Amino acid sequence: MSEIALFGAIEIGLVYALVAVGVFLSFRILDFPDLTVDGSFPLGAAVCAVLLIAGVNPWLASLAAALAGALAGLVTAALNLRFKILHLLASILTMIALFSVNLRVMGRPNVALLMQDTVLTPFYGLGIPDHIVRPLVVLVIVAVVVALLARFLASEFGLAMRATGVNARMARAQGVNTDAHVYSGIALSNGLCGLAGALFAQTNGFADVTTGIGTIVVGLAAVIVGETVLPARALVLTLVGCVVGSILYRLAVQLALSADAIGLQASDLNLVTALLVAVALILPRLRQKAKAKSTAGGRVAR
Amino acid sequence: MIAVQDIHVTFGPGTPLEKHALRGIDLTIPEGQFVTVIGSNGAGKSTFLGALAGDVLADRGRIAIDDTDVTRWDTPRRAGLVARVFQDPMAGSCAALTIEENMALAAARGRRRGLGLALGPNRRRGFKERIAALGLGLENRLHDRMGLLSGGQRQAVSLLMATLAGSKILLLDEHTAALDPATADFVLDLTRRIVRENRLTTLMVTHSMRQALDYGDRTLMLHEGRIVLDVAGEERAGLDVPHLLALFAKQRGGAEISDDSLLIG
Repeated sequence: MSEIALFGAIEIGLVYALVAVGVFLSFRILDFPDLTVDGSFPLGAAVCAVLLIAGVNPWLASLAAALAGALAGLVTAALNLRFKILHLLASILTMIALFSVNLRVMGRPNVALLMQDTVLTPFYGLGIPDHIVRPLVVLVIVAVVVALLARFLASEFGLAMRATGVNARMARAQGVNTDAHVYSGIALSNGLCGLAGALFAQTNGFADVTTGIGTIVVGLAAVIVGETVLPARALVLTLVGCVVGSILYRLAVQLALSADAIGLQASDLNLVTALLVAVALILPRLRQKAKAKSTAGGRVAR
Repeated sequence: MIAVQDIHVTFGPGTPLEKHALRGIDLTIPEGQFVTVIGSNGAGKSTFLGALAGDVLADRGRIAIDDTDVTRWDTPRRAGLVARVFQDPMAGSCAALTIEENMALAAARGRRRGLGLALGPNRRRGFKERIAALGLGLENRLHDRMGLLSGGQRQAVSLLMATLAGSKILLLDEHTAALDPATADFVLDLTRRIVRENRLTTLMVTHSMRQALDYGDRTLMLHEGRIVLDVAGEERAGLDVPHLLALFAKQRGGAEISDDSLLIG
């Protein structure tokens, strides 16, 4: 793997770390399997790209992208809570609707960002090679987001959100308005994905409606890899695990694709992703089975 | 104080499974009274507790807590006034959260939950003192997950959690039914202590006639959604389990008591 490819993988891993953290929030904290991210990620990219072309400040454009993602999350939450549609289905409905919305936002399937200023522009002239500056800037943004999120989850509001996901009945009995916490949690999760989309558009120089496909799997992969590599109890470490997992996942994919011996090409990305996630999900189960078998065997022997 | 006027609850109205669970309950419980509630399966005990807590909204009637009409309030809104301990030790707390996090959740009952830290050093110290008073040695395990505790320990912590936010009403839904007899006795004694110390107005649903007479200062018997027996004071002091069983049989029109669970204890 070349140096450029290495830093490229780290950079994209860091961008998707925000997706991973968002997915962690919906799947793990709220126990709400939310596939909206496949739509809110490209939505963020689209909104950001269009605003950048219109000459809007890149930070404002990124914020708008996050808000657009959050709005998409609210739609899913409303379909589920207000209209009692199964959460998985509700999120799929929003996801496919967003495909059309994203086309409308951009007016065409993809938008190139060539001469526009991005959040990265001020850092390009500092004498550090571009392929290192980009992951550095994204790293700082991710670090800030993770720190804020960890603090949020330690707050009274955040604690109530965690209780909502673990035991909603108990949470209600303790005066927690569980619906409000699901709304805000799913909005926050998709807001992070919208922000990730905005960073994706700015680091890669384009927004495309198809970039959303499989976002949820990539996010889940990162969460699962993170949990395997960093099996921590403390919430902050779990969040850091999501970030580490996202980077490791990208490095693994990069390695798989760049090893000529295996004969994989770039278009095999989704297949490799699905296989990696499946393996990561199956392995702990097998390990548990093996453990159960060995203890059962021991009992018989005795 | 709890004032209940003629509440009715029907599940699945208009369907083949329609169940008229509460058929007009009238009840006033003065502040600080400890009421035990008995009745066979399906008598409406849990529904009645659910109606007080807000899980079930009454079709008809009025519920007032401390002179506030709460008839249309949902569970989270009533939580500031009402604390609860459930039958299932897993139901009343979050297994995946730590003991102190569970306590912090309960301490914020009835308040707006903001972005302030849920567990500051001051609050931690307070929790430690409160939990040490249980005498279970849990004060050094505040960082342990709730799921690591035994059923009895979880019910004890749940009882403690019920007192953290200063609500004056405690609803206990067979909170010792899932425990072994010795642990159940411990939790019941703790209940009595906590109710006395905090001067809580308490409703305790139980399957055990023995418990119903031994604890508290008033006993209600529910049957088919109505209160069929309401005893307190001397009349109650003179009652024994056989009396209660006879009364119960009379209410059922002299039929044999088929519900074995009523005979326990």
